[in-house]
Amino acid sequence: MNCAPADLEAMLMIRHFELALLDLFARGELGGTTHTCLGQEYVPVAMTPLLGPHDHVFSNHRGHGHYLARFGDPHGLLAEIMGREGAICGGVGGSQHIRREGYLSTGVQGESLPLAAGSALHLKRTWPGALACAYIGDGTWGQGAVYETLNIAALWKLPLLVVVEHNGIAQSTPASAHLAGDIAGRAAAFGVRHVSVGSLEVGEIRRALEPLVAGVRLGEPLVAEFVTHRLGPHSKGDDTRDPADVARIPDWHARYETLDGFAAMDSAARELVATVVADVAARPPVRREEA
Amino acid sequence: MRVADNLNAALHGVLGDDPRAYLLGEDILDPYGGAFKITRGLSGRFPGRVLGTPISENAITGLATGLALAGDTAIVEIMFADFVALAFDQIYNCASKSVTMFGSRLPMRLVVRCPSGGGRGYGPTHSQSPMKHFIGMPGLALYEMSPLHDNRAVFAEMLERAQPCLFFEDKVLYTRRMYDVPSPFRWEADGGVARVWLDERPDCVIVAPGGMVPRALEAMRSLLLESEISCALVVPSRLYPFTAEVPAARAVVVAEESTAGGTWGSEVAQVLHRRLWGSLRRPVTQVSSRDSVIPAAAHLERDVIVDADDIRRAVKEALRD
Repeated sequence: MNCAPADLEAMLMIRHFELALLDLFARGELGGTTHTCLGQEYVPVAMTPLLGPHDHVFSNHRGHGHYLARFGDPHGLLAEIMGREGAICGGVGGSQHIRREGYLSTGVQGESLPLAAGSALHLKRTWPGALACAYIGDGTWGQGAVYETLNIAALWKLPLLVVVEHNGIAQSTPASAHLAGDIAGRAAAFGVRHVSVGSLEVGEIRRALEPLVAGVRLGEPLVAEFVTHRLGPHSKGDDTRDPADVARIPDWHARYETLDGFAAMDSAARELVATVVADVAARPPVRREEA
Repeated sequence: MRVADNLNAALHGVLGDDPRAYLLGEDILDPYGGAFKITRGLSGRFPGRVLGTPISENAITGLATGLALAGDTAIVEIMFADFVALAFDQIYNCASKSVTMFGSRLPMRLVVRCPSGGGRGYGPTHSQSPMKHFIGMPGLALYEMSPLHDNRAVFAEMLERAQPCLFFEDKVLYTRRMYDVPSPFRWEADGGVARVWLDERPDCVIVAPGGMVPRALEAMRSLLLESEISCALVVPSRLYPFTAEVPAARAVVVAEESTAGGTWGSEVAQVLHRRLWGSLRRPVTQVSSRDSVIPAAAHLERDVIVDADDIRRAVKEALRD
């Protein structure tokens, strides 16, 4: 096991960012809802160097890690979630509706896949070699938009990369109750390439995906299905799973603890996020810009 | 020139002038050229930008939204307006909201074309006028094709607005001639609103979208010749937001093809009541199709869908006191 310090730093920052959000909720300092990616932080960290500056990323309701891995901007994201000055989207979008150059998230399951296909069509003409990457979950495969889009992406040879964070649970419904067959079979039905990613090691994941992602850039869509785990609740404190079962879930964090300097980096990330929280919480509410 | 040819020319114009413009839809490629032949000649002239799609209204509309978000211009043809229901999520939760939900205004050039209306015996799911389901969505504007508005100008306005627009095309207009106004009426189109009138002080003003123009004109002509009632007609190209000027005549009638209940006409009446309450003699009269599914059999369909006679009767009733 080894890991570049920058990767570990990013994963730990996302971990502590999400923990801080749950803490803010518990203390009544955050309203609304938020979906943390605890347990899945390594997925976008592994993906980010595989994506170029002209690639478009589409995120979903559980998107903090996707944003932080791409932009490394905890201040802007927290300000957006807390509705404070410096919010990326003026406090209008909140946790689930974020847009920044080459990045967009939406809060409705499956909605982003057709958008990503549109982006891919745009890029195919304006930036040949660039791709559109959409992060979705296992629950998203209940939506018809997924199949409509895979069909079109395969027919039109769109540079579309679908990253599935298959954490085995859709809100409170286990995959065994919402997913007949499997995702590989569904991709195969459209003649779309599929790869299963079981590793928790970012270097290993990248080595496996690199040649496949290169194919996406040539117009061969790909479904990259990560076998991953949601350690936290769906939203705030709504986990109905047996805590003993949750405790047995493999956590990359525990796996990486053996690395040299881990404890110091973990503390540094916790402190960094604490500073971000203190800074953003002290800011005045963001004012609505008339759009 | 027929309305269909005017619309076809407008699409040629948009795609010819704007190298970023795409047109997507089912069966729109030559030689078929679309279920109503509106896209004839486009796929041959603009290969790669006129794309025939699978039967996937949701994905097509989302894909077009993705193009618009990336700075392209996207036009979607929904084969029958009824099927826009399948794209409702993309329009309601994504395209319209994207203009403002990311904090600052995001310009988007997206037009969803919806051939609407009955009168052709297509039955309950191929004959509707679903405008009312899209009224009041922040970020979305509704337009309707009219024989009194040049479609090239209407498309220019929709794209200039830089927000998603639905463009409803009453199918019965396709074979009608443009600018066909019977004498002795005069007409003009100015700033997106067309007006037809006979004298400056009409007894009644009829407000109607483009698809109703032939029926409204027929009603106006018979009211004039048989009852000496003078009507003026106001036809806004943009249905929503509704901003057209409407003079306060003795009677104001809003006529539309939508089936009754929660309609565009209700929205117009509400706007006019707020604007003109002090000078109106009576509330705005609404004329719409019956509260019914639209039957396939011609005689049953005629009973449901609003016609010139319904407008004529409503005008006389409104002027009775």
